[in-house]
Amino acid sequence: MGRMGWFLAYSFYMIFRHPVRPLHILKQISFIGARSIFVIFLTAAFTGMVLGLQGYYTLTKFGSEGALGSVVALSLIRELGPVLTALMVTGRAGSAITAEIGIMRISEQIDALETMALDPFKYLVSPKMIAAVISLPLLCAIFDVVGIYGGWLVGVKLLGVNPGAYFYELEKSVEWRDVYSGILKSLSFGVIISWIGCYKGYFTGHGAEGVSKATTEAVVLTSVLVLIWDYFMTSVLL
Amino acid sequence: MIRVTDLHKSFGRQKVIDGLSLEAPEGEITALIGPSGEGKSVLLKHLIGLLEPDSGDIEIEGESIRGIRRSGLNRIREKFGMLFQNAALFDSMNVFENVAFPLMEKTALSHVEICDRVVSALEDVGLRNVEQKFTDELSGGMKKRVALARALILKPKIILFDEPTTGLDPIIKKAIHRLIRETHERFGFTSIIVSHEIPDIFDLADNVAMLYKGKIRQFGKSEEILNSADPVVSQFISGSLDGPIQLI
Repeated sequence: MGRMGWFLAYSFYMIFRHPVRPLHILKQISFIGARSIFVIFLTAAFTGMVLGLQGYYTLTKFGSEGALGSVVALSLIRELGPVLTALMVTGRAGSAITAEIGIMRISEQIDALETMALDPFKYLVSPKMIAAVISLPLLCAIFDVVGIYGGWLVGVKLLGVNPGAYFYELEKSVEWRDVYSGILKSLSFGVIISWIGCYKGYFTGHGAEGVSKATTEAVVLTSVLVLIWDYFMTSVLL
Repeated sequence: MIRVTDLHKSFGRQKVIDGLSLEAPEGEITALIGPSGEGKSVLLKHLIGLLEPDSGDIEIEGESIRGIRRSGLNRIREKFGMLFQNAALFDSMNVFENVAFPLMEKTALSHVEICDRVVSALEDVGLRNVEQKFTDELSGGMKKRVALARALILKPKIILFDEPTTGLDPIIKKAIHRLIRETHERFGFTSIIVSHEIPDIFDLADNVAMLYKGKIRQFGKSEEILNSADPVVSQFISGSLDGPIQLI
């Protein structure tokens, strides 16, 4: 735990050290963020559609199917958007971060960087951390919007909920603090994903088996930490 | 001058370096020979601060690197170039980007100047028209030569070579040795070369140190080591199976 804490603190410290590497950061935003859009789009659409179905089924029991927009939007914005985005990015980019840094470690590429007097944290870890913190809230926003339209597709187009009611209820119930809490969660999940991904890669074991084990551990640990941290953030932000 | 004093290093219960002392004279090439697994690469990694010794001291041009802060260590590392045993090329970059990397990171040269320097460095190691190839498209020998070009491109004051010619054919091997010698004559760097190329390394190196059982067994001019009366040194140089050095 001490080493993990030191790793996080030093990575943060290196973010603010000269030189800033905008090209590296952009490359990482492209990898972590832009290339995750399709999977986020797909996950969000079906999550929203399932919420539409389940929400409609439950709400009709109370004769409140008009509140479907509100149920779908609040579930996505407050909870499912940030968490599912984080889990999908963990699977797609977090594992790749660990594998990339792990392979660089076992093939002495990180040692080569150090011999050139370049700090691997500055060169490898910090750009990934900045990129994840920028990308996660944006991906989460995409998730929320696509999910809301997924719920609309099922609720309004398939099940016949009044379209005006869907968006009216949504607009009425969603407050700025709901959006704010989702953004805060996404930011912190971005830190967790890049932190654990880089840490596990940096301290990987020997050979291909070591990298494979580190990658699995990174995905499992990140997923668990995201869910635990989500609980604590929810309890504070409610 | 590189000075190592009473260096000790263990990995778990295995003692790899056991009270090693060595002085590599400034501006000269010192070859480090010895049986495989005796800690030659470990010693190189200590010299550049990639490994921390259990005890002992290392001085680079009069400055100790023991317990030094990272910023100080990086300042010392800027004097170094290093060729790793497995080349350690960046596999996400092509050959051009690998060789240009130190120039892009450490100098303010223009793109045109960097291109010229890279092409020239690659030609020096016998490579042409490989700039756009990725490292997985290169043979082992080509990787070594690209790594050598990368190590030499900033013309460092100290260069560490970890088996620079292992796996290369005899002609390329001689060409690399000649390149190291010529570059050394032009720039006068201090160098330590880990090598198993016996007897060729005696022609290249000014001094030779034989590492055995975690210590320097003998250090001297190439001719002295080549004609050594020490049974360990002479067995190693002759490659005889009979003698104090046992396989297991």
